[in-house]
Amino acid sequence: MNTIINPVTLVDQSFYFIIGFSFIFLFAMTLVMIWFVVRYRRSRHPVPADIRGNLLLETVWIIVPAFIAIAMFISGWQSYTGLRNVPQGALEIEVIGQSFSWLFYYPNDKETENEIVVPVGTPVKLNITSTDAIHSMYIPAFRIKVDAVKGIYTYAWFLPEKEGEFFFQCTEFCGTGHADMTGVVKVVSKEKYEAWVAQEDEW
Amino acid sequence: MPVFHMDNRLWGSMDITQSFFETPAPARYKGILSWLITTDHKRISLMYLFSILFWFFLAILLGGLIRLELMFPGQTFVSAQVYNSLFTLHGVIMIFLFIIPALPAIFGNFFLPIQIGTDDVFFPKLNLLSWYLYMAGGIIAILSLFSDGFPDTGWTFYVPFSISTHTNVSTAVFAAFVLGLSSMLTGLNFITTIHRMRHSLMGWMQIPLFTWSLYATAWVQLLATPVVSITLLLVMVERYVGVGLFDPAKGGDPILYQHLFWMYSHPAVYIMILPGMGVISEIIPVFARKSIFGYKAIVASSMAIAVAGSLVWAHHMYASGMSDTAVFVFSLLTFVVAIPSAIKVFSWVSTLYKGAIQMAPPLFLSLCFIYLFSVGGLTGLVLGAAGTNIHVHDTHFVVAHFHFTMFGGTGFAFFAALHYWWPKMFGRMYNFKRAYIGAALLTGGFMFHYVPMFILGLQGMPRRYFDYLPRYETGNFLAGFGAAFMIIGMFLMIMNLLFTLRKPRNASSDPWGGTTLEWQTPSPPPLHNFISEPEILKYPYDFTGVVERYSKETKE
Repeated sequence: MNTIINPVTLVDQSFYFIIGFSFIFLFAMTLVMIWFVVRYRRSRHPVPADIRGNLLLETVWIIVPAFIAIAMFISGWQSYTGLRNVPQGALEIEVIGQSFSWLFYYPNDKETENEIVVPVGTPVKLNITSTDAIHSMYIPAFRIKVDAVKGIYTYAWFLPEKEGEFFFQCTEFCGTGHADMTGVVKVVSKEKYEAWVAQEDEW
Repeated sequence: MPVFHMDNRLWGSMDITQSFFETPAPARYKGILSWLITTDHKRISLMYLFSILFWFFLAILLGGLIRLELMFPGQTFVSAQVYNSLFTLHGVIMIFLFIIPALPAIFGNFFLPIQIGTDDVFFPKLNLLSWYLYMAGGIIAILSLFSDGFPDTGWTFYVPFSISTHTNVSTAVFAAFVLGLSSMLTGLNFITTIHRMRHSLMGWMQIPLFTWSLYATAWVQLLATPVVSITLLLVMVERYVGVGLFDPAKGGDPILYQHLFWMYSHPAVYIMILPGMGVISEIIPVFARKSIFGYKAIVASSMAIAVAGSLVWAHHMYASGMSDTAVFVFSLLTFVVAIPSAIKVFSWVSTLYKGAIQMAPPLFLSLCFIYLFSVGGLTGLVLGAAGTNIHVHDTHFVVAHFHFTMFGGTGFAFFAALHYWWPKMFGRMYNFKRAYIGAALLTGGFMFHYVPMFILGLQGMPRRYFDYLPRYETGNFLAGFGAAFMIIGMFLMIMNLLFTLRKPRNASSDPWGGTTLEWQTPSPPPLHNFISEPEILKYPYDFTGVVERYSKETKE
């Protein structure tokens, strides 16, 4: 399989771009504001100027932010398409949200609760639905989140590049057990995964 | 009549017998009835002020309890069920009983007719009815507490959970329905008043910016509120009859509810913020003693926000399972709304340039508003962009974002408006030092409270969580501390204002040097608002007269 771009990188670039710009803008604007208030305080500058507007300046500060906004939109949209376009050959796992736990079904009908085991380096696609209220599958490490809605199937995919344990949480409020609907994604080597998935369920 | 600036020397004893406090309308009622049956927009405004303050402080207390529970992991002092009701109640009260009515119903009622040079709103009785509907809504919300327990759905009442939960959702959504009616009638009243009752010499481009912002708001109130009213009734129908509109098993669609809900509730955030922006547009020029920069651009951006803001509701739903095309369209439209908001911020800051700036509590709060609202707006860009939204949607990042806009924005505008217009409404000036201390505590506490939430959100802590993973402990602990400072600061500011009521009236008719019409009448104003015909300026923010007057006074 040829190289797959991990959408985590795209999303993070988008974060850096938007937050970085925002910091610069906020810093500059606040500095100018404080400087004006100090520089033009009434005791030092008692006679105000009578300026009511400036067409050129006002046009500039409509057009420039418009371009910046478009750039941010594009960056956000590109990272979003990364999250939506599932590469071929993904391991498909069916996910069912219920009050208050997550059930996972593997292609060979192996079933787990609040725990997914996946092989490293293989894209994983989660097909998600719910049996009752709306839940939402959120894995912060992979920047994915999608609601589990009764009656429809939604999906999300991720590329586990490193072995390790990554937690997931429910992010759509669903009742008293909402905060308990957490679990873990275990990313293991391909051999370990093959051995694990072939095991018979214990129950 | 150029006498209005000669302050208390002239008005002193005379206006005490003349203000609206001493002249009930209708005149035949005395005591409490002169308030409860009044049709005077100023009295109705004050009734709103005190009832809204009551709800505001109740909801602050509930918010404080939420943060206290979250300061330590695990159960601290309430159960998950109570916690869920706490944040629902906090949200419902803050949204429907405080922030939607606060600026229009209090300051709009009081100052809209005065700013356009008239004696009341177009439908005074309807105005009183709106207040009664508001109170009825509040009481119905409280009643639900004593029946099957307050809803645990969050203020969004998402189906199917809101249909299946056993708590008393029906009563709460009915309360919101009644409150929506009150909001609609206020909007209708304001639109009619601005069109029909403006002073004969006042053209559209001579209307003060606060009134302009109320005009934009009123259209949204009138056109968007019916959508949520119907939607909330549908939730009740589902709970009692079970038609299945939102139930996929019966051919319904749960996401339909979210569309209907946000079709109002997103424009509603502009109902909340637009009047706040109007307040800031009044305060900045007065204390800079200089015309607002770009009057027409600010008017146009208010209307643009009202229109474009009504077309972005589904940006709350990127993760809901709706189509990618919808995500594309709503994300793009969301960035369009960012531009008129940016224009306003630029205009406020430019207004300060080469002004003669006098620091005072209203200006201090307005500057804090600009900073905090900008943070709220900029983090909104993170949420508007599709890819980044997915990560932070429904986390504490969103909680921090909307508190920065709604509290750092509208809440601070509310406090700024209180300090700006208090001398006019009650005829009494307050202690500046205590006001500054309160405002500084509030702002400092605010940063301490909500900045950790941004970080928690980026780290992935979901909202509406009763308990959390150990990695989120520090942030939640810090946020709890910030909350305490905030509450003390707000309490100090309000007490400082209320204490003035025990003192004799001492405020002049124009303590700040303003150009809008409310400063041409005694403080507090007489029953019919003006003693003599107000002077309408060709350009509403022409400060040349004010500058001249004060330079003469200093020479004397």
